[in-house]
Amino acid sequence: MTASAPPAPDAPGAPEDPGTPEDAGGPGRAPGISPRHELRAVHALVHRDLLRLSAQRVHTALMLLQPVLYLFVLGGGLAALIPGSSLGVGYQAYLFPGMLIMTVQAPAIIVGIRLITDRQSGYLRELLMVPVSRPTLLLGSCAGGTLVSTVQGAVLLGLGGAVGLPYDPLLLVLLLAALLLASFTITALSLLLAVSLERPEIFQMLLGLVMMPLLFLSGGFFPLENLPRWAHVLTVVNPLAYGVDLLRRCIALRVPHQAAAMGVEWAGRQPPLLLECALLLAGGALALVWAARRFGRPE
Amino acid sequence: MQPHAGDDAPTRPTSLTVARTGPDVTRPAARPKPAISIRGLVKSYPGPDGTTTHAVRGLDLDVFEGETFAFLGPNGAGKSTTLALLCALARPTAGQATVAGADVRSRPDLVRGAVGMLFQHSALDPDLTAEQNLYIHARLYGLRRRRARLRVTETLETVGLADRRRSPVRTLSGGMRRRLELARGLLHAPRVLFLDEPTTGLDPHARAQVWEHLRALRDRHGCTLFVTTHYLEEAEHCDRLGIIDHGRLVAEGTARALKAAIGDDRVVLRTGDDPAARQVVAQAMPAGVTVTLDTEGVRLRVPDGSAWIPRLCVALAGHGIAVHAASATPPTLDDVFFHHTGRSIHVPPPHGTPAAPVPGGPTAAAEEAP
Repeated sequence: MTASAPPAPDAPGAPEDPGTPEDAGGPGRAPGISPRHELRAVHALVHRDLLRLSAQRVHTALMLLQPVLYLFVLGGGLAALIPGSSLGVGYQAYLFPGMLIMTVQAPAIIVGIRLITDRQSGYLRELLMVPVSRPTLLLGSCAGGTLVSTVQGAVLLGLGGAVGLPYDPLLLVLLLAALLLASFTITALSLLLAVSLERPEIFQMLLGLVMMPLLFLSGGFFPLENLPRWAHVLTVVNPLAYGVDLLRRCIALRVPHQAAAMGVEWAGRQPPLLLECALLLAGGALALVWAARRFGRPE
Repeated sequence: MQPHAGDDAPTRPTSLTVARTGPDVTRPAARPKPAISIRGLVKSYPGPDGTTTHAVRGLDLDVFEGETFAFLGPNGAGKSTTLALLCALARPTAGQATVAGADVRSRPDLVRGAVGMLFQHSALDPDLTAEQNLYIHARLYGLRRRRARLRVTETLETVGLADRRRSPVRTLSGGMRRRLELARGLLHAPRVLFLDEPTTGLDPHARAQVWEHLRALRDRHGCTLFVTTHYLEEAEHCDRLGIIDHGRLVAEGTARALKAAIGDDRVVLRTGDDPAARQVVAQAMPAGVTVTLDTEGVRLRVPDGSAWIPRLCVALAGHGIAVHAASATPPTLDDVFFHHTGRSIHVPPPHGTPAAPVPGGPTAAAEEAP
């Protein structure tokens, strides 16, 4: 009958319970669920995302089409107008990191939208019935979204040769790691937004308003140094700008002759590479913890 | 406190015909243990304009192991809210509830691990196959890979969907989805299964199928079923039922006992001259029996109604009133419901019933989500 219920030592009147009635679903919940169960739940959510990715092949292909079009149509067209000397590389090669970020941001943001639609469809309630803590569920969504985004980014990464990027294993590993980091940060931010908003329309509206400027101010399309001062401030807080910069610097590390004009600058100086990584990681982690707190609050 | 022992006893011996893994559970049929125990349960929500809406106001109830309990009430009576409280999705404002041996307030994790829930508006992943949906869910519940695969196969067979296991959910019919959701609720072998309006929106055939599976579940696995419904005939088939209205339990017992408590049959006479017939009948009946007149004819409530019909016919014939039709109906559950709530279950409650903040729509428990 109870073959698979959590093998909790059914300690009657566990001492930690009476005083803390506020902990339902909170991170510090009463013991009873082993960390292994929590891990399995995270794994299940990641698995769900991967299954969906393979079930929605057309959808995935369409999402990939946009950056590819930008890269070859916009990039190809503008390449003739923009002299490579001002950027350090040809325009298509310059555009490539930006398009990689554009590829990962779309599926990463969908994670947030799906949290809201799951809530409306009732699927979220099914998830909340699962005897694991709520932050675990959020962590699972984040892990799944990050992985799916990175996989899509990896597909575009395969086109690197077309813009003159060598298929150097170490470079690919570096770029994948950077994409993973950027995906994580964007997914976490998207989830934070999703747990703060009730209705998907508002989420969509906000995205429509914010995403285009964020992409333009990421340094993926053009160098940021010539921007007016106020716009420069925006680039400093733009996570996408750090993502693009990270990719550029990975390329510059391994292929020095492909080094392009740099992106984010703090008071005219470029922040160290590791600091940029740490910033993205910290930003994502902070967003995730905050989202988990909001999500974990019992009704 | 053993109201179901009589009805239930014949089905019990079959409960061990299916080999189960895990500890052998020889249920003591003689002394039922409560699977669900509710004491003074209250749930209030802050309503609009600073008011407080009371969805559940002071519920006391015991449901025993292996029992099928129907929770009967009109929409907005507090059924869905009670369910959300019992499976630890929402936190009670006051009172206590113990489900499958765990307190919903202090051990929501244990409660959720031991119960299954079939929501009124359930949701599946439409792009994934039936099998994939179940597998993901089994893994979410912490089942090992092998065990998860095994349970997926077993539960799909239980609900008769083994041949559709590779079909994407969006290609399944409504009844099939419902059964798939039932299978999903069974994956972790819950001791208590909550079902919120499990057959709403299904055609009669699909409804019958769902109930067939539910009954098999109880008989073979000794699962405790807690079913909310507003279908009277479904409540009738359950071991025991409780009637909830405005967040309060107004009656509780077996269908037979509840009907017997009302006792009186409903007698309806259609005559050539109903107003005159009413007076004649009123004289013929003992004092205290109210005789009413409506579009159906002359109507009264009296014990052993069919025995009265010949006497009334004679009396009416004596006054020269022709009797076109006469009927005596034993009390139905709707009569029981009417008796306790003052209205029929099929009539929507008067406008703006205060006890209807959580109507159990898709958002019923969504507000428990952040």
